[in-house]
Amino acid sequence: MTIRLMRSGVIDAPAETVWHLLRDFNSHDAWHPAIDTSHIEADEAGDQVGAVRAFTLKDGGFLREQLIALSDRDMSLSYCLLDSPIPLHGYVARVHLRPVTDGNRCFLIWESSFAPPPERAAELTRLVAENIYEAGIAVLQARFSLSVVSDLRNTPSSGSVERRSPLQADTSLPRPSIVSSGASLSAAAIMVEQYGGPEVLQSVSVVVPPPAPGEVRLRQTAIGVNFIDIYCRRGDFNLLQLPGIPGMEATGVVLDVGEGVTNIGVGDRVAYAGSPIGAYASIRNVPADLVVHLPPDIDDRTVAACYLKGVTVDFLLQDMHPLKGGETILLRAAAGGLGLILSQAAKIAGATIIGVVSSDAKAIAARQAGCDHVVVQDRHDQGALLRQVLAFTGGKGVDVVFDGGGGATFAESLDCLALRGHLISLGQASGPIGPRDIDQLVVKSVTLSRPNFAHYNQDWQTRQTRAGRLFSLLRQGRVTSRLAEAFPLQAAAEAHRGLENRGNIGAYLLLP
Amino acid sequence: MAKVYISSVISASAGQVWGVVRDFNGLPKWTPFVAESRIEQSQPADKIGCVRNFTLKDGGRIRERLLALSDYDFTMVYSILESPMGVENYVATLKLIPITDGDQCFAEWGAEFDCAASREQELIGHIGRNVFLAAFQSLKGRFGS
Repeated sequence: MTIRLMRSGVIDAPAETVWHLLRDFNSHDAWHPAIDTSHIEADEAGDQVGAVRAFTLKDGGFLREQLIALSDRDMSLSYCLLDSPIPLHGYVARVHLRPVTDGNRCFLIWESSFAPPPERAAELTRLVAENIYEAGIAVLQARFSLSVVSDLRNTPSSGSVERRSPLQADTSLPRPSIVSSGASLSAAAIMVEQYGGPEVLQSVSVVVPPPAPGEVRLRQTAIGVNFIDIYCRRGDFNLLQLPGIPGMEATGVVLDVGEGVTNIGVGDRVAYAGSPIGAYASIRNVPADLVVHLPPDIDDRTVAACYLKGVTVDFLLQDMHPLKGGETILLRAAAGGLGLILSQAAKIAGATIIGVVSSDAKAIAARQAGCDHVVVQDRHDQGALLRQVLAFTGGKGVDVVFDGGGGATFAESLDCLALRGHLISLGQASGPIGPRDIDQLVVKSVTLSRPNFAHYNQDWQTRQTRAGRLFSLLRQGRVTSRLAEAFPLQAAAEAHRGLENRGNIGAYLLLP
Repeated sequence: MAKVYISSVISASAGQVWGVVRDFNGLPKWTPFVAESRIEQSQPADKIGCVRNFTLKDGGRIRERLLALSDYDFTMVYSILESPMGVENYVATLKLIPITDGDQCFAEWGAEFDCAASREQELIGHIGRNVFLAAFQSLKGRFGS
């Protein structure tokens, strides 16, 4: 018995925008809720007819599917199933898009034929129809629900005749403009009106104007939470002007682009990290040269959980202190978002790593990330860390300390250094370092670094290069991005409390 | 070869809308611009090859031949034999596709034809706006959308 199945729905975005996402055969793990991870075998491109995608479902099932037809002219792709845990014999499916010309929308059709065992036909048909097709179409409808803005919706339907046919793309006429819409959009955001504890993070609604020249407007998909967000909230260095929206990094989809932006298009998946501050929002404008494109094979949350942190590790180990191999480093907060990535990268560079953590559970995570020795720090035993560091290093101390602790840990970190050691002070989780006597550094010829992320990521080329190295490490599995927990954007205060209480193993995300 | 393509969403099931548009002799019932229509040689309106001969409200006369009809795909294909528009090799396809996440359907109507290059833009605009889109809007009004 051959089943023929079809599901369809209208999506509030131009067909070209949706097709840009769908035409990559390996993009489904970035949008389909049932797909966990996916990759194309033999490093083939996502638009290579014959390419095989191997992917796992969230429920653990493993499947392989082969792209058997792709047409940009028809906005259509077909694929067949090669391996599957369920018996969908002869499964061939086709996804195609048609423009809805009397609006600025499109129509998606997902159809297939297959031959299940008769006794399981009803069950399997429902599974494919509901869990794959209907769920996928619903997610696409939600994903693009903001990408058609009010002024396009209000275009009189009788006023224009759309010439483009899905049967043939007509290149002789200008394509309809899907760039800057000119409309302001309302967005959810987290606002700080006065500096203070997590309770000052207020959930508000803001209006986001169209992107200015050189900017892109993003509908954000995941926002990374960093310790610098806490500094902003507390008022350290006056980083955040009040009232202001904190947040340094996010991933998102481009809604529209401002004048003069040529290298980024509507519907592109991107990430950014760095100033201007203001990532705790569902929609925002950012300078176009701040963003990098996301590879189709790496999903948004993976990147949001490690982008600022991974780029930080990149400048630390590429520029600030390239590890020579054979060096011993001390890494504080070794199981935090930054610590886990730094540990993996330092291990690749041949370092011996002493990780400092606050619990036994974190000690396990730090060891998995490459720490050779792990010290579970007991705040009541002053001097315990130094004793263990000296024991691990034969009394010499370490060559480098990576310390984000600030005032409370600074002196102890200096004590742990070997002669001509390098203290890299990455942050001030416990509070500002304050005035210190730099004459003290001569005692061991210590080098002190106090880097600022922005100064190591000043231009477009640098950002692209650092992102490229990070994505490559992620793709090879040499560095993994560990998510501690994802909170709704409105629960930002909860994420801050968790971070300040050192509750996380890995990174926190906010989801708009 | 010139091409024109129009599509829309109608608030009724594909089956309901097909019940109206599948009648090759039914243009006066659902389009705003056809005055009267007959099928030549008294053939059934769903016999492939039959010719509809209809008069526009503005007085023009058009003859069109049914090339394909599929109740399975909700699709009709026809060609123009004679018309005052000055088109040649004109083949049009009208198709409905169910929208499964609501009681609606997607309707598309496209045509390909040859004509004098100087008249191409005008004809594409006329056929798209005054014929296909006008007919769809009339259909949408009939089904309350």
